[in-house]
Amino acid sequence: MKKSVILGALTVAACAAGAAGAATLDDVKARGKLNCGTNTGLVGFAAPDANGDWQGFDVAVCRAVAAAVLGDSSAVEFVPTTGKTRFTALASGEIDMLVRNTTWTFSRDVDLKFTFVGVNYYDGQGFMVPKALGVSSAKELDGATVCIQTGTTTELNLADFFRVNNITYEPVPIETNEQAQQQYLAGACDVYTTDASGLAATRATFEDPTAHVVLPEIISKEPLGPLVRHGDDEWADIVRWTLNALIAAEEYGVTSANIDELAAAPTTNPEINRLLGTEGTLGEMLGLPADWAVKAIKAGGNYGELFEKYIGQNTPIGLARGLNAQWTDGGLMYAPPFR
Amino acid sequence: MTSYPDVPRETFRLRMLIFDTRYRSLTIQVVALIAFMLLVAWIVSNTVQNLANMGKPIDFGFLTGAAQYDINQTLIEYTNRDSHLRAAFVGLLNTLLVAVLGCALATVLGVVIGVLRLSRNWLVARLMTVYVEMFRNVPVLLWIVFFMAILIETLPPPNAFRGEDATASMLLGDSVALTNRGVYVPEPLFSRSLGDLPVFGAFNISLDLIAILAVLGAGLFVSAKIRARADRVQNATGLRPTTWYLRLGVVAVPVLVMLVALGFHLGYPELKGFNFRGGVYMRNSLIALWLALSFYTAAFIAEIVRGGILAISKGQSEAAAALGLRPNRIMSLVILPQALRVIIPPLISQYLNLTKNSSLAIAVGYMDITGTLGGITMNQTGRELECVLMLMLVYLAISLAISMGMNWYNTRVRLVER
Amino acid sequence: MSGTHAHSAAFVRDAMLPQEPPPATSVGALGWLRQNLFSSWLNAILTVLSLALIGYVLAAILPWIFQSSWSAGSLAECRDQIKAAYGSEASGACWAVIRERWLQLIFGFYPSELYWRPILGFALALAGMAPVLFTGLPRKMLYLSLAAPFVVPWLLWGGTVWLPVSVALGFVLGYAAQRIVAPLAGGLLGAVVAGLLPVLWWFLLAGPFATLLHQIGPLGIEPVSSRNFGGFMLSITIGLTAIALSLPIGVLLALGRQSDLFILRAICVGFIELIRGVPLITLLFVASLLLNYFMPPGTNFDIILRVIIMVTLFASAYMAEVIRGGLAALPKGQYEAADALGLDYWKAQRLVVMPQALKISIPGIVSTFIGVFKDTTLVSIIGLLDPVGFSNSIRADVNWNGIVWELYGFIALMFFVFCFSMSRYSMYLERKLRTEHR
Repeated sequence: MKKSVILGALTVAACAAGAAGAATLDDVKARGKLNCGTNTGLVGFAAPDANGDWQGFDVAVCRAVAAAVLGDSSAVEFVPTTGKTRFTALASGEIDMLVRNTTWTFSRDVDLKFTFVGVNYYDGQGFMVPKALGVSSAKELDGATVCIQTGTTTELNLADFFRVNNITYEPVPIETNEQAQQQYLAGACDVYTTDASGLAATRATFEDPTAHVVLPEIISKEPLGPLVRHGDDEWADIVRWTLNALIAAEEYGVTSANIDELAAAPTTNPEINRLLGTEGTLGEMLGLPADWAVKAIKAGGNYGELFEKYIGQNTPIGLARGLNAQWTDGGLMYAPPFR
Repeated sequence: MTSYPDVPRETFRLRMLIFDTRYRSLTIQVVALIAFMLLVAWIVSNTVQNLANMGKPIDFGFLTGAAQYDINQTLIEYTNRDSHLRAAFVGLLNTLLVAVLGCALATVLGVVIGVLRLSRNWLVARLMTVYVEMFRNVPVLLWIVFFMAILIETLPPPNAFRGEDATASMLLGDSVALTNRGVYVPEPLFSRSLGDLPVFGAFNISLDLIAILAVLGAGLFVSAKIRARADRVQNATGLRPTTWYLRLGVVAVPVLVMLVALGFHLGYPELKGFNFRGGVYMRNSLIALWLALSFYTAAFIAEIVRGGILAISKGQSEAAAALGLRPNRIMSLVILPQALRVIIPPLISQYLNLTKNSSLAIAVGYMDITGTLGGITMNQTGRELECVLMLMLVYLAISLAISMGMNWYNTRVRLVER
Repeated sequence: MSGTHAHSAAFVRDAMLPQEPPPATSVGALGWLRQNLFSSWLNAILTVLSLALIGYVLAAILPWIFQSSWSAGSLAECRDQIKAAYGSEASGACWAVIRERWLQLIFGFYPSELYWRPILGFALALAGMAPVLFTGLPRKMLYLSLAAPFVVPWLLWGGTVWLPVSVALGFVLGYAAQRIVAPLAGGLLGAVVAGLLPVLWWFLLAGPFATLLHQIGPLGIEPVSSRNFGGFMLSITIGLTAIALSLPIGVLLALGRQSDLFILRAICVGFIELIRGVPLITLLFVASLLLNYFMPPGTNFDIILRVIIMVTLFASAYMAEVIRGGLAALPKGQYEAADALGLDYWKAQRLVVMPQALKISIPGIVSTFIGVFKDTTLVSIIGLLDPVGFSNSIRADVNWNGIVWELYGFIALMFFVFCFSMSRYSMYLERKLRTEHR
């Protein structure tokens, strides 16, 4: 009987850990840690390295927010979530924000009561096939066996695509990318479908990447972005503008290399000054110190730097900027003015 | 009866509720009931309040909405326009399918391995011990993943069967194809089919199947009657009439006649496009799950069987031998009936475990009820409470049905015993 | 007698023949082979088949295991190294991933400078269990068993030393209440007070009391949040906690199930059958998705704690059945003897029934523990980083994407070592208990 004390101890500890209130910012500050929901592991977007530090493109957004709010990019507790548990974890207050390559859809925004604060990666669902199959368009896939990663919008898009084109297929639902990859490589499925970024990342690690092609059809829009709970607009603003600050920093040429110099004294560009807090009171309006954006950018670099570091052309994943280029370069990344 | 006027009449006092053993148990029960109901009420009220705060009151309406996703293995008609409820039902049938297949194979394997573990062959006995320890001491989730990986990595893909220089070929005269997507075997077809029988307007059952099963059942019934008669003759005269050809004929001939009448023939799988078409297609996910669950459970069943056989005292078999029974008769008439009584109850609870373990199907993408109702449906609709509740109820119903079967058997065996 | 016949029959041999050596086919290695492997045609066939199977499996696995790379930094590098060393057709294991990540697979994200804490903690837990499981050890070690439930969580989670002290104080309070109240107000009231007082203490006062003490004498070690638990450490933590907690709960449930009180029995039976009737994975769904809904709005406690709660409930139901089996195996005379001595219900249970029933149930308890420990792999499905979950995360590292068998093989081997040694122990116990009963 004496051993039930563990439960008692843990309950006390858990209650002491605190309850989630409405004001997420105050909670985060009081805790001194940001609880950020991420993937349990997705190449390029979130993975623990050999030292146990999480690395990746999604993870970098968490770190930037932690740096902006708490001044310390390592003050983050990463909470690995699955496709199933992610929304509950956010809704119940277990995590303060979710950055887990989550597609911004109407029903998630409205029905599930979340606020998507922006888009950190524009993606779309694509198909990968072995070159030897001689397929050049997804419409030629009649009767093919298709590996799908479940738990996302993927299976619905796929069902729609094949129904609209009036062709049949054999779905093979798979829980993890690694198993999908194994089945695809062994020829247990003809086609692998998931977000195009995931396809590129998977293809990059093949023994012979050139033997596989990603088909031209992108059958869905997958704007992936961070999200927070409905109803706490101050917190949503902080996450939204931290992301915007990273994007704007790239646009204005603020990098982790030159940011100390630029933030030391007001520059000739008022937009940069307002962003970096040497002019105006934007930080104060958010309830953060004036140099919030400086810290956020210094956490890992601006948007472009993060992209190049984790998923860009020089990484094994080798994604091109494409839609994710700045609007000035023909992409969709467009931060509203800092004014 | 004389009365004793000096005994005071007892009056009920409140403290008797605690100190009088007649009332105490009642008091404890009432207190326990109230506490239990308070706990339940507390949880329910919390849940209702939490869900209201999130704007998701409990509502099962989503079940009638279109599921919008496809399921590869469907035992009944299903398209992505059908409702979530139907998708859940498809999943339930898949769960039952793998559970039944698994229980059957696990029993066969378990009995064989359990007996072989007692073999006098040193090597075989050791090998079986290694098997049992290996499967018992590694989590079943890992075994499922292992079996899937083995199937995927070792069998040839369908396009290895293609072309002039095919590296793989079909077995048994081009009728069976083993591929890393699954196994294709010939399917039974009927050229003079009786059609389908709709059940509740929800799904169809083939009338051919019903007809064949009915004929088979009747044949088995008659065969049992013949055996009973043979027993009576043996009891009366001591000589057992030879009846095996009669019994075989009674079972086989009507079924064969029925098959011919229905125009039975086999549909062979053929490589067309990306995949084989035609034939019965057993998907890899089903096979991997089935094998993994069976091999895993077989290790436990083997131990049960071994224990059951060892539990029968040696005197029993010696006594039977003294009566002049031959070894296989000793096994079937003396040892097994006694061992079964020890074996069956834990065996049923292994069946229960196997059925529950089949919920790990998502690890290989087999769409059982955890994969449909507790997987994609839950993900797409965001109705966790409703889905998980339904899921638990379904499994509970299956488990209770199996336990009822077990209790029924236990009572029956006990009646035979005394 | 023999003397009278000595010369009457000439053909009677009067000297013993020297003993012949047994035929070569029934002694030594050959005899052993004949007896154990080739005693009949069927056996010979089985032996040959078994040999073929062993040969086939070893031929497939051994080269893979030994044509391996231990030093590479990524899967691609591994492939190159193996090709360079064993020829371009060779394919072998890339054990380098294990070399790089084995600490993570065992400890998860636990800070590496604090690894001594879980090691010491689990060693202490083992030492605490030892006197319960091995009867030959000095009784003084039982103090260790008493201390372990407080010290081990403190070592794992860290924080102030006063929290476990104040929790332990709850038991002291309960014991004191029993001692003081029972003589004054009767046994039942004493038991009720002894039960309620600690609960009130834990929920209302223990926390503030610990905080207060901590302010007076700040003694503590660095706290580690349970999110940092991972790998085998997580499995062991969940398994050990669940089994330790489920033992008392299981005893109560088993007693409830055997009790004459109808409502209590109905509640216990309902609970046990409900939990045993559903797969663990649905209970884990409850832990990850629903448990927060069941709590008052605003409460939020972390996922590992929720999982531990659900796994504990799961284990309790199975434990209750194991103990019920132990209770049923006790001869009825024991209950009657206890009644005849005039012991009340709890005394009879504590002094007569439970010690014997628990002893009979120990093998069952150990195998329940093995089952629960293996089942902790399911937490990977709800996103916790147990060994299986962690292997997926490792694979998400660009360097190790695509590596499968090495990780699973390592995990399977570790589980095998843990579970096999436990099952051996349970067999040893069974043997020991059997001889004692005869």
